[in-house]
Amino acid sequence: MSGVDAASISARKVGRVRQIGPAIVFGVAFLALWESAVRGFDLKPYFLAAPSKIGEQFFKNFSRIWEASMVSGGNAFIGLVVGTVFGVAMSFILSRYRFLGELVTPLAIALNAIPIFVLVAILNNMYSITSEIPRRVMVTLVVYFIVLVNVAKGLTQVRSTHVELMRSYAASEFAILRKVRVPNAVPYLFTALKVAAPASVITAFVSEYFGGLQNGLGSRITSNIANSKNAAAWAYVLGACLLGLAFYIVSIILEGIARKGEAK
Amino acid sequence: MSALEVVGTSKIFNQGTAKQVDALVDVNLTVKPGEFVSLIGPSGCGKSTLLRLIANLLEPTSGSVSVNKKTAAQARLDQDYGMAFQQAGLFDWRTVSKNIELPLELKGWDKDKREARAKEMLELVKLPEFADLYPWQLSGGMQQRIAIARALAAHPQLLLMDEPFGALDEMTREYMQGELLRICGETSTTVVFVTHSIPEAVYLSNRVVVMSPRPGRITSVIDVDLGSKRNEDTRAADGFFRSITAVREALRGTHAEHAAANAIRGVEDR
Repeated sequence: MSGVDAASISARKVGRVRQIGPAIVFGVAFLALWESAVRGFDLKPYFLAAPSKIGEQFFKNFSRIWEASMVSGGNAFIGLVVGTVFGVAMSFILSRYRFLGELVTPLAIALNAIPIFVLVAILNNMYSITSEIPRRVMVTLVVYFIVLVNVAKGLTQVRSTHVELMRSYAASEFAILRKVRVPNAVPYLFTALKVAAPASVITAFVSEYFGGLQNGLGSRITSNIANSKNAAAWAYVLGACLLGLAFYIVSIILEGIARKGEAK
Repeated sequence: MSALEVVGTSKIFNQGTAKQVDALVDVNLTVKPGEFVSLIGPSGCGKSTLLRLIANLLEPTSGSVSVNKKTAAQARLDQDYGMAFQQAGLFDWRTVSKNIELPLELKGWDKDKREARAKEMLELVKLPEFADLYPWQLSGGMQQRIAIARALAAHPQLLLMDEPFGALDEMTREYMQGELLRICGETSTTVVFVTHSIPEAVYLSNRVVVMSPRPGRITSVIDVDLGSKRNEDTRAADGFFRSITAVREALRGTHAEHAAANAIRGVEDR
């Protein structure tokens, strides 16, 4: 029995290596190509920095990158949580009162059609220059719509057989909500979060380009570029990538916990 | 004594508009306790509508439906019937056992009682080892057996089925028919069964109700005399083929009539 288990575990390990192996090989090859291109063609640092230089800057400035990540990441996190809470709450209201959906949907589409970042400039005018609030509001807005659209779909697009079945049990609307609509919407919520989590990070640091405090990843990238410290700017870009990735991975882990056992 | 009584019942959708559909007109049907009755007919004949009127998922335009001497609405509130559909309609986020417990949860049963009943139902459909699996881990036939177990979990006297085996392959289908007869025999459940298949209707039923479309109505009721004990040999018996022929002829009658009606309408249109 244990022999079988050990075999299946080692088989799973081999499977995982096979899964991520090609990705690692590709990544290393890509970096090597980049490095050799910079050296071979003698590309100037202001044109393209070498990965080795970027890595050096990353570790040299690690504490500052970490601090900047905490600022941008903190803004992203707060916006993500608030946007998700509001988005979920609103989707419940919209699924209960369909006519409200018809009122709100055109507004949502209109808001999504404008390049939403321009709102940051307006929000910056509303608050003091040292405020993080405009950035957090911006992230909240972006996350809110992603969550609202998806969760509302999950709450309303339930299988007709399920609804008929519940009605045949004389179930109340509330029971149908609790036992059919909400569980049906859970995967939709996590699909939304997988999109919203990296989007919240991107929004948080792009918002920093519109002025305000110079303490986040976005503003550090701009200021380093302004000072021709290209490799340092790239080091902050790397930090931004890792931050976005961290948010994404956390959203996947949460999904795994919430949907344990019922994955397809 | 009747388990189910449908008297002078009509169902008209979109009444008084250009899209008016006479789904059912003046339907009368009485089903005795323990009887197995199939509704058969071409699509649009209103057999699913009739089933939904009995289940009180639709309200009749006129006439009355009573189940166990109660109004259909009261019977639904009391969960006097169980229902199964073409799609098993199991909930992916619930285990097999929790799926069967759902109607009992809604009745407010406590946990121990629910679990004991779910176990009993799984024994009945011969899938006791699957309690903790999720529906998507089961084959289509097994899922449908779980759906039947769920429909019977509250021990209703009446089972309403809307083409429950329609999506299954022929082999599984015949097996399921045998299982359904066994289960209903053991639980002495009355069944109203909607189907497209003539052999299925004949094999399962005491009576086959033949329906015709536009407007939806009952054109004939055929008694099937194959005795109460049916098995695989039944499918080769003379009586089986005689009944199949009788149902087929009744259905042809409705088709011919329907085609003639269309031809006349075509002439009128010109």
